[in-house]
Amino acid sequence: MSTKFIKSKFWVEDIKEEMMAEVPISVVEPWQKDKELKYVGKPESRKDAYDKVSGTAEYTFDKSFSQIAVAKTLRSPYPNAVIKKIDVSEAIKNKNVLGILTPDNCKDNDWYSGTSKLLDKKVRYNGDEIACIVAETEQDAEEALRLIKIEYEILPHVTDLEKAKLDTAAKINDHELKPREYNRGNLEEGLKEADIIVEDKFSTSVAVHNPLEPHCSVVKWDGEKLLVFDSTQGIWAVRDTVASQLGIPASNVRVIKKYMGGGFGGKLECGKYTVMAALLSKKIGRPVKIVLDRKEMNQAVGNRPSSVQELKIGAKKDGSITAISHNAYGTAGAFPGSAGCSWPARSLYKCPNMKLVDTTYYINAGKDRPFRAPGHVQGTFAFESIIDEAAEKLGMDPIEFRVKNFTAVDPDWNGPYTSKLLREAYIAGADKIRWKENRKKAGFGGGIVKTGYGMASQIWWGGGAPPSYAILKLNWDGSAELVSGTQDIGTGTYTILAQIVAEVLEIPTRKINVVLGDTGVCPFGAMSGGSMTAPSVGPAARDAAEKMLSKLKSAAAAILELSEDKLEYSEGVFSSKDDRSKTADFSKLFGHFREGVLVTQGAREANPEGYAINTFGAQFAKVDVNTLTGKVCVKHVVAAHDIGRVLNRKTLNNQFHGGIMMGLGFALLEERVIDNYTGKLLTTNLLDYKLPTIIETPEIDVIIVSEEDNKVNNIGAKGIGEPAMIPTAGAIANAVYNAIGVRIKDLPITPDKVLNALASKNN
Amino acid sequence: MSNEENKKGISRRKFLKGTGAGVIGSSILISNLAKADEKNEQLEKDVDSKSIHSISLTVNGKKVNAKVKANTTLVQFIRDELKLTGTKAACNEGQCGSCTVIVNNQAVYSCHMLAVDANNKEIITIEGLMNGEEINPLQEAFKEKDGLQCGFCSPGQIMAAHALLLRNKKPTKAEIKEAMAGNLCRCGAYPHIIESVFEAAKN
Repeated sequence: MSTKFIKSKFWVEDIKEEMMAEVPISVVEPWQKDKELKYVGKPESRKDAYDKVSGTAEYTFDKSFSQIAVAKTLRSPYPNAVIKKIDVSEAIKNKNVLGILTPDNCKDNDWYSGTSKLLDKKVRYNGDEIACIVAETEQDAEEALRLIKIEYEILPHVTDLEKAKLDTAAKINDHELKPREYNRGNLEEGLKEADIIVEDKFSTSVAVHNPLEPHCSVVKWDGEKLLVFDSTQGIWAVRDTVASQLGIPASNVRVIKKYMGGGFGGKLECGKYTVMAALLSKKIGRPVKIVLDRKEMNQAVGNRPSSVQELKIGAKKDGSITAISHNAYGTAGAFPGSAGCSWPARSLYKCPNMKLVDTTYYINAGKDRPFRAPGHVQGTFAFESIIDEAAEKLGMDPIEFRVKNFTAVDPDWNGPYTSKLLREAYIAGADKIRWKENRKKAGFGGGIVKTGYGMASQIWWGGGAPPSYAILKLNWDGSAELVSGTQDIGTGTYTILAQIVAEVLEIPTRKINVVLGDTGVCPFGAMSGGSMTAPSVGPAARDAAEKMLSKLKSAAAAILELSEDKLEYSEGVFSSKDDRSKTADFSKLFGHFREGVLVTQGAREANPEGYAINTFGAQFAKVDVNTLTGKVCVKHVVAAHDIGRVLNRKTLNNQFHGGIMMGLGFALLEERVIDNYTGKLLTTNLLDYKLPTIIETPEIDVIIVSEEDNKVNNIGAKGIGEPAMIPTAGAIANAVYNAIGVRIKDLPITPDKVLNALASKNN
Repeated sequence: MSNEENKKGISRRKFLKGTGAGVIGSSILISNLAKADEKNEQLEKDVDSKSIHSISLTVNGKKVNAKVKANTTLVQFIRDELKLTGTKAACNEGQCGSCTVIVNNQAVYSCHMLAVDANNKEIITIEGLMNGEEINPLQEAFKEKDGLQCGFCSPGQIMAAHALLLRNKKPTKAEIKEAMAGNLCRCGAYPHIIESVFEAAKN
């Protein structure tokens, strides 16, 4: 075998892991700087575009089988209660009702890190699962749910974060959430050294993923084997959770996901609905489909925690930061989770003294889930806001202040970065938006509509890591199939993997089929989250392709009776360096084989030792604020980023647009609202939970300041999904301040907040 | 309707009529409501939501005759009966646009229309833009300009664009934004969507 296990250190978001990973023994060299790439980097159209624009792309939402039954979930109307009695007699009278799961007759399956069950008699939020009914049709199931009679003992609830902070007596969950603290140097000393100190408090709301395709699963038993179609970002997580919950071998479960309609972190884990559907399907002996409606999407499948962030920065007259204090708290719902958001403060700039505290409180609401750059979006907004405040107090330009505190090494452990082009991002972005020419003093100018410019820095991981594998099959006709157990969630994975294989084998991408998202046929591949897919799976695909080329070369050498060093390869043809007429193309090679398909397996190599691997960038926003209506209109966003090598410029631009739109939504529109008195969710649909529309779309420029980063992996690329969203809200908030001269410190920046701020400024 | 309301056996209609709660002020208003309620209750008696009705319509150029329940929505009919699953129902409440189809040359949220109301009408779904296995120039433009990411909103976006181009062959980018404002894209592919429609209009 050509791989071995090694101990590999890598960051998975804010957790440093040291795990064993299987890596290739001989490592492929990165493409050299001056190498002209023919396929990688080109703006190729998506491989899956045809399926998606024709409407033939089949999502789990569309999947069906003959005899399929439909399951629906009964959810708690109360935010905190104990179920005393469940009476399903009326519900099951309808002959179209086929089966039911309740806490009474359902297996005692643990959920939420053992603090709850799959179906629990203790319900902890408005939306918590109580029972699941499977019926002939959706309507039959919904009507039956309404006939279930439940006796509740209603308990006091807490949904207000401030109340939760004060009153830990409302015991929502026994598992204690300990605050996380990070210290560097001595905060008090650092503050003493400072010439100026700025202190402020910021807050952000809970945000909900709301991908367009709801969470849904279709399950079908075949004897003891279970087939699961799921709208997921992590086929392996789903397989393993389902297998362990059902108590069957993992090899009996096959999870398939070819296309899925968005996830953004909410679909990285296995849903309760998948397990319930599997249990019900086994009971009734028919395939089962379960689809969450938009209310359930807003209640029960994850969110970005809220935050309240008390920040303090001390700096010297010359601009150097001497101290940072971050004390933040937020909520992760009713089950163990994390609202931490201190990483930007910890890692963006040079600072010898800091104390960062993150505390998470329980409230009676749905549990958080990773949501596009967890912690970083809310943390960057607040931290980059106070950085601007410090710059202003010092009389320094915001970019100048950031550059002054630039750190060329990782400020945690002083290790070098594989690459860091943050300053280049500042320069390119500032140039494009004409920062110096356009940006005036805060609140400058009269008129009803005031224009402002703001910016924010971005840091994230995105280097990927082993393990990830790819199998490459080459056919007798020079066509190929790349198979890997990762997912394309709209990010363009199908396409970039084809481009990488095309680059190595010099065959056109239209002759390469990419097969992803099937635990039954694919080797393990990275989950589609953490901006790690491209930098984890891409190199594995390249490794497989290089091994294939190597295999073919040895065959060509044998057939042409030459030594390998006498051979050249170009576009599917091996030829002798000395005698051009001596050639072997695929057809000739395969003509000599007893097989029509050659197979190789590639693996992701180890990450380089002793380096910090990060993505960097800066986004600049131009906003118009209408001082009569309070409406903020984002006119222009310039995003300048360091992400290593560009794999596909067309899909990359789209991904950055998407992140910026999501960041805009976070800054101006999105807010999960719970009525604290009743504990019920109010934003149950897309009218009340406001997603950005095409109307909000600003002019967007995407500048990539990086070229290849050859230390990171054999394709020189870092991930981009999360970098795209991280700095947008910070840039917009800073721009709003620049426009109207008063700072809005609570997201989303809705018109009422702008008008109130303007009113208080004028008083 | 919540569990508790059903247990008490009170429908919203009766509640409003009986107590007038939530209607502040005028008794005239209450009595008007009561009159309207009576009329609606009359209608409710006439049409059972589960009654079966025959419909005859054209879908993607083909005549379709079917029997549907009164409360079947057009999107349910398209997806579940006709098995045309290109059209999606991401919210099923008329708020996202993923169910957009063309009805008599107009873009319509098919989740907000009853199948019985499609009787004698001409429906075009995303599948109807195809010529055999070939995509049409509008779909091609979305492919070329990468007007999609996960693709779940794409059929709705493309149908909304199709409806726009039926009535305005050379829309400006502002007109495109206005026409497509009813189609959400959570992946945020909006800039490319605008480019795609603009490109399609050129040809």
